Amino acid sequence: MQWETVIGLEVHAQLSTESKIFSGASTAFGAAPNAEACTVDLALPGVLPVLNRGAVERAIRFGLAVGAKINSPSIFARKNYFYPDLPKGYQISQYELPVVEGGHIQLQIVQDGKEQEKTVRLVRAHLEEDAGKSLHEDFQGMSGIDLNRAGTPLLEIVSEPDMRSSAEAVAYAKTLHTLVRWIGICDGNMQEGSFRCDANVSVRPQGSEKLGTRCEIKNLNSFRFLEKAIDYEARRQIEILEDGGAIQQQTRLFDPEKGETRAMRSKEDAQDYRYFPDPDLLPLEISGSWIEEVKKELPELPQQMRSRFEHDYGLSMYDALALTADRDNSEYYEAVAGKLSSDPKLCANWVMGEVSAYLNNEGKSFDVCPLSPAQLAQLLLRIKDGTISGKIAKDVFRQMWEQASAESISWKNRKEVDESLADRIIESQGLRQISDSSALEKLVQEVLTANPKSVEEFKAGKEKAFNALVGQVMKAARGKANPAQVNEILRKKLTE
Amino acid sequence: MLNASLKQLSAMLAARKISSVELTSEFLKRSRALNPTYNAFITLDEETSLAQAQAADTLIASGRGQSLTGIPIAQKDIFCTKGWLTTCGSKMLSNFISPYDAHVIGRFNAGGAVNIGKTNMDEFAMGSSNETSFYGPVKNPWDTAAVPGGSSGGSACAVAARMAPAATGTDTGGSIRQPAALCGISGLKPTYGLVSRYGMIAFASSLDQGGPMAKSAEDLALMLNVMAGFDARDSTSLEREPEDYTRDLEKPLEGLRIGLPKEYFVKEIDEDVARAVEAAIGQYRKLGAKTVEVSLPNTKLSVPVYYVLAPAEASSNLSRFDGVRYGHRAPDYLDLNDMYRKTRSQGFGAEVKRRILIGTYVLSHGYYDAYYIQAQKLRRLMAQDFAGAFEQCDVIMGPTSPTVAFNLGERSSDPVQMYLSDAYTIAVNLAGLPAMSIPVGFGHKNRPVGLHIIGNYFAEAQMLNVAHQYQLASDWHTRMPKE
Amino acid sequence: MSLSLDDVKRVANLARIEISEDEACRTLTQLSGIFGLIEQMQAVDTSAITPMSHAQDVMQRLRADAVTEIDQRELFQSVAPQVEAGLYLVPKVIE
Repeated sequence: MQWETVIGLEVHAQLSTESKIFSGASTAFGAAPNAEACTVDLALPGVLPVLNRGAVERAIRFGLAVGAKINSPSIFARKNYFYPDLPKGYQISQYELPVVEGGHIQLQIVQDGKEQEKTVRLVRAHLEEDAGKSLHEDFQGMSGIDLNRAGTPLLEIVSEPDMRSSAEAVAYAKTLHTLVRWIGICDGNMQEGSFRCDANVSVRPQGSEKLGTRCEIKNLNSFRFLEKAIDYEARRQIEILEDGGAIQQQTRLFDPEKGETRAMRSKEDAQDYRYFPDPDLLPLEISGSWIEEVKKELPELPQQMRSRFEHDYGLSMYDALALTADRDNSEYYEAVAGKLSSDPKLCANWVMGEVSAYLNNEGKSFDVCPLSPAQLAQLLLRIKDGTISGKIAKDVFRQMWEQASAESISWKNRKEVDESLADRIIESQGLRQISDSSALEKLVQEVLTANPKSVEEFKAGKEKAFNALVGQVMKAARGKANPAQVNEILRKKLTE
Repeated sequence: MLNASLKQLSAMLAARKISSVELTSEFLKRSRALNPTYNAFITLDEETSLAQAQAADTLIASGRGQSLTGIPIAQKDIFCTKGWLTTCGSKMLSNFISPYDAHVIGRFNAGGAVNIGKTNMDEFAMGSSNETSFYGPVKNPWDTAAVPGGSSGGSACAVAARMAPAATGTDTGGSIRQPAALCGISGLKPTYGLVSRYGMIAFASSLDQGGPMAKSAEDLALMLNVMAGFDARDSTSLEREPEDYTRDLEKPLEGLRIGLPKEYFVKEIDEDVARAVEAAIGQYRKLGAKTVEVSLPNTKLSVPVYYVLAPAEASSNLSRFDGVRYGHRAPDYLDLNDMYRKTRSQGFGAEVKRRILIGTYVLSHGYYDAYYIQAQKLRRLMAQDFAGAFEQCDVIMGPTSPTVAFNLGERSSDPVQMYLSDAYTIAVNLAGLPAMSIPVGFGHKNRPVGLHIIGNYFAEAQMLNVAHQYQLASDWHTRMPKE
Repeated sequence: MSLSLDDVKRVANLARIEISEDEACRTLTQLSGIFGLIEQMQAVDTSAITPMSHAQDVMQRLRADAVTEIDQRELFQSVAPQVEAGLYLVPKVIE
């Protein structure tokens, strides 16, 4: 039988506020255990929650970015269960009337060189508080509880079960990951747990309309784990069904070392969360004018920017996707392309190529790139106008990078941009391409004289010999010869 | 001096006729002497109280004294008080030294008042007799065979027995007004949202409200001036201009419309209580007030509605007591869940556990709509009843409690009977209205009777005026129990 | 709706309160009495009424996103049953 995998994701995005969702404690990562757990986070007797405007504002931003409905009023509810990392014995979350309802995410998937698009519908996105952490290292046979993370604002983004493969699920998660960073609501740091996925996985016979029994895999904190966990879980379920068994609805954990999922023991009991409206928190009203304000400050979204790049710059979907991986990247690209409007494709190649590679190598992102877009554009212009070859340009680029890096100022903070950097390097080292045809003819003649064997081979019909001769000319010119001109002169002389 | 009003005490302090240290010592001495009999205080801490008194004397000497500077105030043990044992009447918190101050405590501290001790109470404010306290029952100073009422029984007793000039209480379903009535003192539950709940250990968040307990309406007004006020740390605290609650005390009552709900004057009221209440209303007529009959048709439902909503909220509010970060932890256990179960089973008393179980049940899957949602709908009906009544009158009056103080142990085995005694006070919390109780005489076995005065939202100044004018014309509030 | 012994045990488990067979039986009797009282609510038709969660019809006030708290771990942990290396210790947590 052919099976179809059905996947829905619940993503917990930690919102990038300074303080916690219901207290004035810091959300900074990496503090000493419990140093950032205040009276409210510790749930001391008598303390009360007060909602952080910044968290609500970020939820609105997200809702607008995915074309969702912003509910007003929306309601905070208590989800009751006992766990040592949950100090109040309940989590403040939203149940009925979440702040964001509906919306969708548009995916571009490039798979095996094929480009396809897909829409994943969202059910909702709601605000809630994060729990603390249990550390299982041995403390006299006990666990240690760190409540620094308790009360960190989360936006839980719930999708419809619209994905049909782990590749689609990963594409969705990546698109969402780009989006939340793009609109500045989450830093997306997966190692620190700022962006975590739970996957709801079920399988059904191909063509069936009915959803199978699902299992929820918790806390997948990398795209690779997400993919592996889904693939494993789908295989596990198919095996059970093919053996005539039935799937048990379960909460499962992924073990990255074994590459397997297993049932969570703490979730074995049937849960009864006893949701009810939190009496400490009044209904949340979001005015139309607040929504308008947020809308005004919303940047152009990656989806719109991608289409614009394809349309205005004539880029492929692949290039447009790569250049809109984050806002800093796209901003940099647009700044370069703005300076060199005659060749956006050349700009794209260099931004995705050299610049990306150098940044990656140094573990930096585009916002702290030492080289200014104007400086890069100047270099590219010198390729375009034939002053240097692409090959020489890479060498010039390396020197430009080194010089710019020495000042350790990112391009955005540079007050004055030395736009002639490329030219100065080219001039001072005499890298200018030799385009003077009489000089080139002289060079070519010298090479032909020195390599009679190759000339003979060429004349005998070996095209390879031609390339060898071009190589010799370039070598003699120390790379500075204009390759197109060299080709032309050489062919002319050989066929004379 | 024991019977002096707050205003008189303040004047004596300002005139340097007495120092705060002397005044505080006097009340501390009396409290120490009487506490073994009445059990009104869980904690007395002479050293800390006297240090505060000394600081208050310095303030007064420098001319920076305010209305309550240097006056000893008893604090209900539900208010977190930094450096003080704060137990909420429970074994669960029997080792909890609060690391922070409740908003109310902060206000008293800022005003230079002296904390004379933490008063006994029903465990987590769940009770109407003060018999559920882990620290043992409080006795009614008018008759030690009787209960003082609850849950603010320790505060009511302390004021009635003149162990403190005034005290704080909290009121979720009558916990200020019913003990005030049973102990023959005055008590006020303000409009929900007027007094910050920050640092006041939660029982039922949407009903809880702190308020003053004192000998007279005038004292209540001075206390409320300190207690009320916006607090950014409580989302339900209301942002309003500060008021002077003494401003209307002297207004004549000519033309006041008193609403008498026909549902309040029924056969369930004991005859002695009815007689005293009717006499008081007669006195109001003499003062120029008119009475009108009003109707609060859903009164009967207030007890069932309350016993769904309050336990539901409480079951969740009390989940934080898990033996992990503070409070009692069971000494022996097998694993994590066993630690939870044993800690909570040992730490909570029978009434608290009963209410947690009720609350957990009504919120659980399959019962939520039938109980919780239905109760919330009826809650709205009750609030609407009051809104209708206040179209016809300025204040509503009736008995605070259908009986005078009952005997210790008399109702403790029958929770339903105990719950029904709160019928008059509960509806007010459901609606969020302000209400008070003032002494209006004595009934059976010479036990005090309280008059319940319910006002419209934010009508505290008017209610205090109504109570004060009665107290100008009567002396019930000056009566003191024999020792 | 009448309460059963199983209900009492289920609810006690949800609320993490240890309850012996004996206590469960006694609790059942008491709770049944209380629910007898509560059942009076069912007589009223409330289909047209909106539930009331709060004592007043007010909307939520919001707090500016600013850090206002300082590290007071030592003070807070002075009342804790068991701590080590700044962590609250609990019996082993099993995921």
